[in-house]
Amino acid sequence: MTDIQISINNKTYPTATTPSIANLKLSLNSNEFVCLVGPSGCGKTTLLNIIAGLDKDYDGEIRVGQQHKQAKIGYVFQNPRLLPWRTVRENVELALDAPQSTGVVDDLLEIMQLTAAQHSYPERLSLGMSRRVAIIRAFAVDPDVLLMDEPFVSLDAPTARRVRELLLDLWRQRPHTVLFVTHDLREAIALADRLIFLSASPMQLVSEISVPIPRTERHDELAIEAFRQQLLTYYPEIKQLL
Amino acid sequence: MVFLALWQGLASYLNSNTLPTPIAVARIFWQDCVSGQLPFHLGVTMLRLVVSFTLAMLLGCAIGIVLGRNKKLDTFFDNWLVIFLNVPALVTIILCYVWFGLVESAAILAVVINKLPNVIVTIREGTRALDQDLLDMARCYHFGRRKTLVHVIWPQLHPFVMGATRSGLALIWKIILVVELLGRSNGMGYQLHLFFQLFDVASILAYTFAFVAVIQLIELLVLKPLDKKALRWRR
Repeated sequence: MTDIQISINNKTYPTATTPSIANLKLSLNSNEFVCLVGPSGCGKTTLLNIIAGLDKDYDGEIRVGQQHKQAKIGYVFQNPRLLPWRTVRENVELALDAPQSTGVVDDLLEIMQLTAAQHSYPERLSLGMSRRVAIIRAFAVDPDVLLMDEPFVSLDAPTARRVRELLLDLWRQRPHTVLFVTHDLREAIALADRLIFLSASPMQLVSEISVPIPRTERHDELAIEAFRQQLLTYYPEIKQLL
Repeated sequence: MVFLALWQGLASYLNSNTLPTPIAVARIFWQDCVSGQLPFHLGVTMLRLVVSFTLAMLLGCAIGIVLGRNKKLDTFFDNWLVIFLNVPALVTIILCYVWFGLVESAAILAVVINKLPNVIVTIREGTRALDQDLLDMARCYHFGRRKTLVHVIWPQLHPFVMGATRSGLALIWKIILVVELLGRSNGMGYQLHLFFQLFDVASILAYTFAFVAVIQLIELLVLKPLDKKALRWRR
């Protein structure tokens, strides 16, 4: 089973004087859903880009299992980043190595309720649908770790809730290690096994909290709100991170 | 129709050699088509056009993409590009003929050299404007070079390639005629030169119409369908 060790000693942008990330150590258990919560601009996207191998200009190490290889990544970006000139289905299939995974694509489209739209071009989709396509693409590659960078931002509340529930459905059927970035604490509680709170410049770990709410009660907004209040009372230091 | 009527009226009124009537032009057009003269010379010119256009586009796209993606090479070649962009066509044509002789390859080379910088500059601008987000996505999902080029880069360059194609065709037509006029013994340019010496305006107009017809056909049968296919995803 793959678990992932992330250790970043220093990440400083060439034009900056202070580091964006310093002495950050995270570990993800296999098939664990972890939410990173922190103020905007604290370097969460930078961290995801480093894990994804898009940013190699840092001092540190990302380890997948026991090997020192580049992890297989599924990345749901803040914008869906679909190719507008390829259909929904083509967008997903392009990310795959071999075409024999078409059955997988069929399943994923079905779970995300996009089978009818599979031959549409992204410009004809709503934002919520585009986001679902991006999630399908990320699951389709069967990644070691799934990175999600505020994938539900700028969706209206009911749409966001619906896509969130679809995501959880998908994740239950096809468990993967997920690292999910958000600054919405309610969203984080609804999704995560474990919450990691991060501070801004340089980004550092403030606290790690497990979410004890059973998976079956995650749709209950009262339970989530109660846990949120409890967190804010017991951990006053996280208030300024939201 | 109105244009033709006006032309006919004006030509009959002036009754001059320098402005023949449309009917006279049509007659010559038909005669030269039947005799095989016009199709032969048009064919020769078309062949030169296809060869030099293909070479210029292929080389231009390749170099343009490389320069657009590589800052160092770009700054190095930037001055050269500006120079070649501005050297008069006549100079390159004459130099090619002087250095390589009055041969077909020299003619083609002269046309390619004239067109190439245009393609490079257009494609380079297109490459600079590529969406970095999509390129990052392709890298993250291990698309590899071929997939990235075909599915991510090329569709974004399409408008630039079509721009280079249209302006390129227009430019190449003009240059090929000069090349033929100066150093070949067939082709439209050579024929026009001949008609000029004979002061045969009717033939010049007849050949010009053949030309316009071919250009319209290319636009209608090749470029428009290409556009339609490539842009089918747009709302």
